Amino acid sequence: MADKKRYERPVINKHYSGLMNKFGSRPTTAPKTEIDGVPVNDLVKQFGSPLYVFSEKQIRNNQRNALRIFKTRYPKVQFAWSYKTNYLNAICNIFHQEGSWAEVVSEFEYDKARKLGIKGEHIIFNGPDKSREALLKAIKEKAKIHIDHFDELYDIIELTQETNLKAQVAIRVNLDVGVYPKWDRFGFNYENGEATQALKRIMMNKNLQLIGLHTHIGTYMMTAEAYRIAASKLASLARFLKDEYDTIVNYIDMGGGFASHNTLIGQYLPAEEVVPSMEQFAEAIASGLYELNFKVDEMPTLILETGRALIDDTGYIISTVLANKRLSTGRRALVIDAGVNLLFTGFWYKHSINPAQDSGVNIEDTTIFGPLCMNIDVIRETINFPSLKKGDRVVIDYTGAYNNTQWMQFINMRPNVVMVMEDSTVELIRKSENLDYMLNREILPDKLK
Amino acid sequence: MTNYIVPQNVAISDSGFLFQPATGESYTLNEIGKLIFKMLQSNSSGEQIIEKVCEEYDAEAKSVERDLEDFITQLKHYSLLKLS
Repeated sequence: MADKKRYERPVINKHYSGLMNKFGSRPTTAPKTEIDGVPVNDLVKQFGSPLYVFSEKQIRNNQRNALRIFKTRYPKVQFAWSYKTNYLNAICNIFHQEGSWAEVVSEFEYDKARKLGIKGEHIIFNGPDKSREALLKAIKEKAKIHIDHFDELYDIIELTQETNLKAQVAIRVNLDVGVYPKWDRFGFNYENGEATQALKRIMMNKNLQLIGLHTHIGTYMMTAEAYRIAASKLASLARFLKDEYDTIVNYIDMGGGFASHNTLIGQYLPAEEVVPSMEQFAEAIASGLYELNFKVDEMPTLILETGRALIDDTGYIISTVLANKRLSTGRRALVIDAGVNLLFTGFWYKHSINPAQDSGVNIEDTTIFGPLCMNIDVIRETINFPSLKKGDRVVIDYTGAYNNTQWMQFINMRPNVVMVMEDSTVELIRKSENLDYMLNREILPDKLK
Repeated sequence: MTNYIVPQNVAISDSGFLFQPATGESYTLNEIGKLIFKMLQSNSSGEQIIEKVCEEYDAEAKSVERDLEDFITQLKHYSLLKLS
């Protein structure tokens, strides 16, 4: 018998006149069959689905690239890895190996960094929530404490008086850079003089050593100019300190917030076309800082706490198709085994999703749902997608930032996380959770047994 | 499946272009879609369709049955199938 023809599911597409898309239709979806040279199917066979996959090579490339971009524009640059963006030990250690310090925003993150062997002096302690115990630890270990509010400042003053230790401090400054929303809930305001007030208060106290100035103007910033304004305002504070107190700060910390190449929900053009490049951010920050007019050897170190822009495109989620559905409107829907419990960023990004096998040329407007028995579990409201069958795999791109810290243990437990190493081997970097893990912290009172 | 028939006058070309004169709407079907639609026009049963598709294509009856269900749902949605 002659070879049979290749099967493809039956498809009917309605013609719509007068509604042509001026950008044309999306090119045929190219399947993503491997990640860093490792076949997707092999990864699933070994580690299950859904599965988080990170690329060591890409993380190192991103960090080296960012460092080069900033160092060619400003002489002294230091990166500090933003733990909240992804604090899996394997991820943090790659950044630390590349020379990054740790930027933490809670005692838990602080302890995590210390456990990884990061010295206190290489930890930047940010955030509005620092207990007295945490502050004391940070003071003793000479961590760089970025003060968020006056109550924290008074706590530090008290602690240093009680212990007769010196604290290494900086203040976080919030300022108007012409973008909305203004992040004025963190730190001391620049425009109303609160920041200057805080600096004066610090300079009066001999136990506090002011070492830096810090700002973080927002997240997913789509304009580089905002960073120039912020840098220039911090530069003016640094000049004030030099003129009034003859103090030169060691560093200016510009925070992070650079947009990644994920497209936001509601954003018309793809992110690649609208977000500024790392070079543009660097250029803006450097030109703001050069307004300092200090001598070269007096120029403060530029610290960057970039998270998202360094890690987002290094992570993927492999997921498996659970079901095909036809909604009441006739629209096609796909149910996959990774939901918003694992892809928290699905709430604000239109993640790019590709099939992991050849899936034919017929694409249809599709809604992609996660596996949770909850109406909110939508991975993509609308995407032109080929027909997949139960058991087929998809790869969700750019999932490296925030998904391993904001993931939810909701309805399902968290799956394995693996890393494709530079030598193409695959390492498990976080084991999937099981029922024992879940029950470990629960206590059932005797009365309820 | 036998309860449904294709409305009269619906025309389908060899290239898979389908025209419904009652509504003025037009559609494109892929090769298998065209084969199935033509069989539905000649009142073939679901079993006959599945058998034919499996005979000509490298497919399992189970997955063809599932896809056929979905295809019929779509045809009904476009009013290209009606109760006999």
